[in-house]
Amino acid sequence: MARRSTDTRAMIDRYRWWEMLAIYAGLCLFLFFMLAPFIEGFLVSLKPLAQLFSSPYSFWPENGSFKAYFTMWDTVPGFARYVINSFLISITSTVIVLLLVVPAAYAFARFDYKGMGLVLGGFLAVSMFSGAVLLIPLFRLMRSMGLLNTYFAMIIPGAAFLIPSAIWLLRTYMMRIPTELNEAAYMDGASQFYTFRRVILPIARPGIIVVAIVTFIGAYSQQFIFALTFNSKTEYMPLPIGLYAYFGKQEVIWNELMAASFVGIAPAMVLIFFLQRYLVGGLTAGAVKQ
Amino acid sequence: MVKSRASMIFAWALLAPAILYVLVIVAWPLVETFRLSFTDASLSRVTNYIGWKNYDKIFNDTFLTVITRTFTWTFFSVLFKMVIGTFGAVLLNCAVPGRNLFRILTMPPWIVPMAIGIFMWGWMYNGQFGMISGLLQRFGLVDGPVAFLAYGRPAYWATIMTDVWIGVPMVTIYFLAAIQSIPRDLYEAAWTDGASRWVRFRRITLPLMMPAVITMSMLSLIATFNSFDIIWILTQGGPSGETTTMIIDTYRTAIGSHKYGEGAARAVVICIFLSLFCIAYFNVTRRLAATEKA
Repeated sequence: MARRSTDTRAMIDRYRWWEMLAIYAGLCLFLFFMLAPFIEGFLVSLKPLAQLFSSPYSFWPENGSFKAYFTMWDTVPGFARYVINSFLISITSTVIVLLLVVPAAYAFARFDYKGMGLVLGGFLAVSMFSGAVLLIPLFRLMRSMGLLNTYFAMIIPGAAFLIPSAIWLLRTYMMRIPTELNEAAYMDGASQFYTFRRVILPIARPGIIVVAIVTFIGAYSQQFIFALTFNSKTEYMPLPIGLYAYFGKQEVIWNELMAASFVGIAPAMVLIFFLQRYLVGGLTAGAVKQ
Repeated sequence: MVKSRASMIFAWALLAPAILYVLVIVAWPLVETFRLSFTDASLSRVTNYIGWKNYDKIFNDTFLTVITRTFTWTFFSVLFKMVIGTFGAVLLNCAVPGRNLFRILTMPPWIVPMAIGIFMWGWMYNGQFGMISGLLQRFGLVDGPVAFLAYGRPAYWATIMTDVWIGVPMVTIYFLAAIQSIPRDLYEAAWTDGASRWVRFRRITLPLMMPAVITMSMLSLIATFNSFDIIWILTQGGPSGETTTMIIDTYRTAIGSHKYGEGAARAVVICIFLSLFCIAYFNVTRRLAATEKA
């Protein structure tokens, strides 16, 4: 039986040469759309500014060099600071979200008291409203708490909007942990908190890692509107706002802007590359069939 | 599960911090938006209640144009995301060498900070020196340079394109997961009966991934309606307001001109639309869950 099913599988997945061609052509088209800005951005970072601002357009850099990757540090001396700020904001947001979400997701996965369904719906509804809609009262809130122009003005509102999806993802994961574990712990006289702390948390660790990565990515990639509106201090600016420093008075220094973009996203990319094996399985597990 | 008073208190204690946080940072501002929309709040310290005046003021032709534009902009963006996402997911599901690499290569627009991707698009749209205009001229498709962000129509489509680009990876990965959860037996049975690849796609894949498409288009609708970064970085709502959506409009009024009261009234209109979408979303997902059980 097993033999035959693998045979069928192999037959189904066998493509004729023109089918293969069509698939690769389609994939090339698709991936070109997804990657074109990065390809172009990278080539721009290699071109000297004079070649950039010349017609006709040339795709490949003539006598391209990595010069922009060195000069960018002098043009905007605070650049390293922006990258560190971005990381600081993202990591703090992730920690806050995890502290709030891990217990909440466990409660949603294990208990079903009256009103909890409504609360879960409430959390999901939160993700429908972006920070942009609630900007005015948030601005006034931050101002009255004296948080404008601090890291917290970017961290606190940002974290709130990352909570719903984190709860949803982790709840799905925790629902798959068998209840027998809770019952066994109860029989052994463990308190609820002890069970949560010593039984559930260790088992849920892979799920928590996935949620941490997804939250970090979210926090890292969506730093814009709060940083734009709630902070005007150069020393606290995260990367996306900091990059505006390359928009000079006369013209945008495009090659250095692109170089800086790549340097800025490199650390996050390396991190994600090493963690992506956790990611794919965890994301799809939480995504479908609910 | 053992039910007791103690465990009920425990459950709510676990939830309390998250609930409290969201109440302060999201729910309260939501209420406050409604309250402010009836005031003339601005930079001055005195704030008066002025009834419905803000609403009287904003409901004019310009605002109705902005609403219509927001809806068409959102519609096209979501439509393209779904079509391209389906296209990508089906291709990435094919058993061809290198597919794991291709899957990873789909992710960057989603993972890279949005603003950075948008800067890159900004350069590509540049008329004199950008890639799109340059390649179009090279291949003789247009005569002169096309400055995409300088004129209304092109800017409108350019901002949509960038929004699609940022949204596609998530849609693709989600659709891919949906396709992979379709039982293989179905395909094998159809294959045995001699169904062609197209028929298998049309009769198995497409109908069975429909719930995922519906769920995702609702989620995407809500996210796209809220889209701010893309338009703000590329055009700031220009040229001459042709890419001004409701969010951009609200931001300009409230933060740009410090008319918090009037801005709040505009935000309330957005909130009403979002609530309608939200209700629709919950209804749809509940119905989908019901049909799945049946």
